[in-house]
Amino acid sequence: MIKSIKTWILVGFASLLLVACGQGGGGAGSKKSKTLDNTKKAGFVKCGVSQGLPGFSNADEAGNWTGIDVDVCRAVAAAVLGDADKVKYTPLSAKERFTALTSGEIDVLARNTTWTLSRDADIGLTFVGVNFYDGQGFMVRKASGINSVNDFRDGISACTNTGTTTELNMRDFFNSKNIKYEPIAFEKADEVVQAYDAGRCDTYTTDKSGLAAQRTKLSNPDEHKVLPETISKEPLGPVVRQGDSVWEDIVRWSLNTMIEAEEYGVNSSNASSLKDSDNPAIKRLVGAEGELGAAFGLDNDWSLRIIEQVGNYGESYKKHIADTGILPNRGPNELWTKGGILYVPPAR
Amino acid sequence: MNFKNLKLNLSNKNKDLIPQILTVLFLILVVIYFTINAQSNMGNRGISFGFGFLSQESSFDITFSLIDYDGSHTYARAFLVGLLNTILVSAIGIFFATILGVTIGIARLSQNYLVAKSAEWYVEIFRNIPLILQIFFWYFAALRALPLTVDSINFYDISFLNVKGWYVPKFVWTNFSIFIYSIIFAFILIYFLAKYAQNQRDKFGKQIPTLYISILLIIGLPFLTFLIGGVSLSFEIPELTQLSKTVYVYRGGVSIIPELISLALALSMYTATFIAENVRAGILGVSKGQKEAAASIGLTKGQILKLVVMPQALRIIIPPTTNQYLNLTKNSSLAAAIAYPDIVLVFAGTALMQTGRAIEIISITMLTYLSLSLSISVFMNWYNKKMAIKEK
Repeated sequence: MIKSIKTWILVGFASLLLVACGQGGGGAGSKKSKTLDNTKKAGFVKCGVSQGLPGFSNADEAGNWTGIDVDVCRAVAAAVLGDADKVKYTPLSAKERFTALTSGEIDVLARNTTWTLSRDADIGLTFVGVNFYDGQGFMVRKASGINSVNDFRDGISACTNTGTTTELNMRDFFNSKNIKYEPIAFEKADEVVQAYDAGRCDTYTTDKSGLAAQRTKLSNPDEHKVLPETISKEPLGPVVRQGDSVWEDIVRWSLNTMIEAEEYGVNSSNASSLKDSDNPAIKRLVGAEGELGAAFGLDNDWSLRIIEQVGNYGESYKKHIADTGILPNRGPNELWTKGGILYVPPAR
Repeated sequence: MNFKNLKLNLSNKNKDLIPQILTVLFLILVVIYFTINAQSNMGNRGISFGFGFLSQESSFDITFSLIDYDGSHTYARAFLVGLLNTILVSAIGIFFATILGVTIGIARLSQNYLVAKSAEWYVEIFRNIPLILQIFFWYFAALRALPLTVDSINFYDISFLNVKGWYVPKFVWTNFSIFIYSIIFAFILIYFLAKYAQNQRDKFGKQIPTLYISILLIIGLPFLTFLIGGVSLSFEIPELTQLSKTVYVYRGGVSIIPELISLALALSMYTATFIAENVRAGILGVSKGQKEAAASIGLTKGQILKLVVMPQALRIIIPPTTNQYLNLTKNSSLAAAIAYPDIVLVFAGTALMQTGRAIEIISITMLTYLSLSLSISVFMNWYNKKMAIKEK
């Protein structure tokens, strides 16, 4: 008995020590980029992607990843390592994604992640931009006679994924309409699709691009439709860890380069021939003018490599989202010069 | 008592103590190292540690809750909702697993070939399929097999079963507390009756039919409250309401969601196989001579089972069955796969992702499961001690 009391006293002291230690810690980020050094040493970019969302990040039978999120990883690899294929992909669930990033398992998270204040400010993450403007919508059965969100009534059941902004938007939406609803939240998208297909819920709600992609998995896709309303803003973009501003800039400007290239009509096939263009903005993009790469410790051809190896944003969108039939219309994801809202700061 | 060993221990006491202290110190150092490491890593990455988020508004809704909850309540409340749902499905699972397990276990020892073989097949099939597959099977098979709301299976116009759940009438009580007191009072009476009956049997060998009197008490007393206590009960029957051309829903009454039904079903059917084997082992563990001796003094078959075999078998059955109860409780965390809002789905799932507080939330969840399991252990150990041989 006495022995066990002694043990407990020891354990008690240990816990006190732990609490005392807990007060310390916390250091400022260094000026040099540890992530960049580590990436160069490893020879590949550690990138977190989804577990399979067509158009964004999806692996084929051979294990090759494609999608517009994947292209962000490829752009970073092209800029930093000179080869867009030098990427190690880690498929992550919605639940795992932020922990994987903050713990250092991955260095870039490109996984259709919505940029929100609390995520940006609270949990040690930094969003670097937006590569897809999405919005939450609803899918219903065509036969249901529901043609708009105004046809929803008390008692409607809605299936969705847990741990996404979707769950929160759904509540805001139904509360604002004063409708009592039954939320059924699954961990994986496949189970949501199955449950909705079986009739467990009357509507399926998630990002509209997701609805379009998941609809193809239903037993009779033609019997379902997506309602016209969009109930939320879902700016999806790549994320990095807080505290390494150089790395943050590299990822941000890799994405911006793709969008800027489209704006100036620079694409994978004409990039190298535009080195002697008359337009200084184009010359800066292909590395023929200025010393832009030096700002984050890269050579001057970093942006040329992105455009040559990955392509500009328009090429990426066409290949992964439009040509696959997910969302043929670019909508808000069109350049600001063509009626969309894609607008990036100038690369100069 | 072996005095030789005791002496040896005493003389070596100090020698024994030093390595033990060193081991404890080493363990403490390891824990301190990992904690400091985690602290500095979190500090470097700008993550703060704290439990303040528990009092923030959760802003997500939960399908099924035993207490009043919606998104305007706190994360702490959401934790409680998840915890209660975990306890609910575990309790239902343990209840049915025990009944089913004992029945199957006894059936396996039946003289009837068909009964014994069916029980054996049941055990072999259900214990050899991974639980997660069984949960998926019951959930998606049930969802596919059940009709849509508008053509629900109708039980006498008061209860309806469909793909969205099982709708049962809601009890609307007046003077409910009097009713509860009467039940508590009935239990107290039964307790004293049992004491009195045992006393009578020990002293005079008189048998009092306690079972029948108890049943009478537990039904009769609450019934009396209806007649003279002013207690009354009415039912709120679920009503079919049309929401749109093809969308219908039942309003009113109580809805038991299909996620709960299929999870409880899968958990109890799976765990019942192990309990059945424990029961079989327990009964077979009682020597044949005991039964023959009991039969020779003129006890009936039922009395032999109740008074001679079961008390001895229970000593063998309880400890491994405790393990099964613990397993069932922990297995209920698979609920997340089929959207049953248990603590893992609600707290270690949604709340974790909304707040990003992985370390805090996972430690709370682990502590919760630990406490749940320890409570079950403590209870079962108490019961085991009660059932153990009391040497006089």
